[in-house]
Amino acid sequence: MQVTINGEKKEIPDRPTVRELLAFLEIEPETVVVERNREIFSTADFEAVRLQADDVIEILKFMGGG
Amino acid sequence: MPLGPEVKERYQRQLLLPEIGETGQSILSQKSVLIIGIGGLGSPAALYLAAAGIGCLGLVDGDRVELSNLHRQIIHFTPDVGKKKVLSAKEKINQLNPAVQVKVHPVDMQAARLTELTREYHFIIDATDSFSAKYMISDACVRSRTPFCHAGITGFSGQMFTYLPDRACGCFRCLFPQPPAAHILPDRVAGGVFGSVPGTLGTLQAAEAIKYLLSFGELLFNRLLVYDAKRMSFRFVVFGPSRRCPWRVFHGQTEGGRQAADDERH
Repeated sequence: MQVTINGEKKEIPDRPTVRELLAFLEIEPETVVVERNREIFSTADFEAVRLQADDVIEILKFMGGG
Repeated sequence: MPLGPEVKERYQRQLLLPEIGETGQSILSQKSVLIIGIGGLGSPAALYLAAAGIGCLGLVDGDRVELSNLHRQIIHFTPDVGKKKVLSAKEKINQLNPAVQVKVHPVDMQAARLTELTREYHFIIDATDSFSAKYMISDACVRSRTPFCHAGITGFSGQMFTYLPDRACGCFRCLFPQPPAAHILPDRVAGGVFGSVPGTLGTLQAAEAIKYLLSFGELLFNRLLVYDAKRMSFRFVVFGPSRRCPWRVFHGQTEGGRQAADDERH
């Protein structure tokens, strides 16, 4: 199915959980929060939230430096 | 009060901007900004705010200048190695613009009574280098109803947003509900940094502060700017107050908020 990830359209496996999506993209789940259709989810939710076609996903990295 | 000839000459090119002008310049000279962290982000933020003629700059940092800071922390020079960062920064600010009053707070942020301190300033710049400090600043500013500009960087990337207490506006916890697990991302990351990345974002933080203080333009609230120097991309991620944020009742109160908060500030 197709979703938008960080502004770019991307083909991903059907209806993954957020955790599965991050594994597919090879992103360490503890280093990001994920915004799905304007709602923010953090690590604790990654298992429970399942994505749908045409979702707009933003993967936001923790950036602690200054 | 009319501006003197030297003041008019110093700020000539900024007075030509209708958004600033003589009225704006006079307002700026009565405003105060607290910069927390005088490192990669705080250096350009302090220099641009001083150059623009902010009345008072507060500087919070408990560290001393190290040689390995100098590739990105451009307010500190080689002879400053070993000096307290707040004192090194104060010297440069005084040289750049003697009219700016500098208040130094040479303490680690953890030790400062942050909520009280933020009440003494009109705008706060989060230029710190740890997750715990970033949460603490956001929490303190939400509590004291003080606007702040957050920024964080890593490697070749950085992100920032501005929080406005008198708008329905998301805070740092709305965006990042909890800190990352310390065994995966330590509180203070000592990874590689491309020097101009904090330079770019610290400069933008100074721009946000001035725009806020003079009430012009569009501020970066409810939008996270994500900058990637390698791809040379600037993206905006829309967000907002989260219904799960522990501070949600504070986000979006309007009744007299700004006026009451401002009355407390000198």
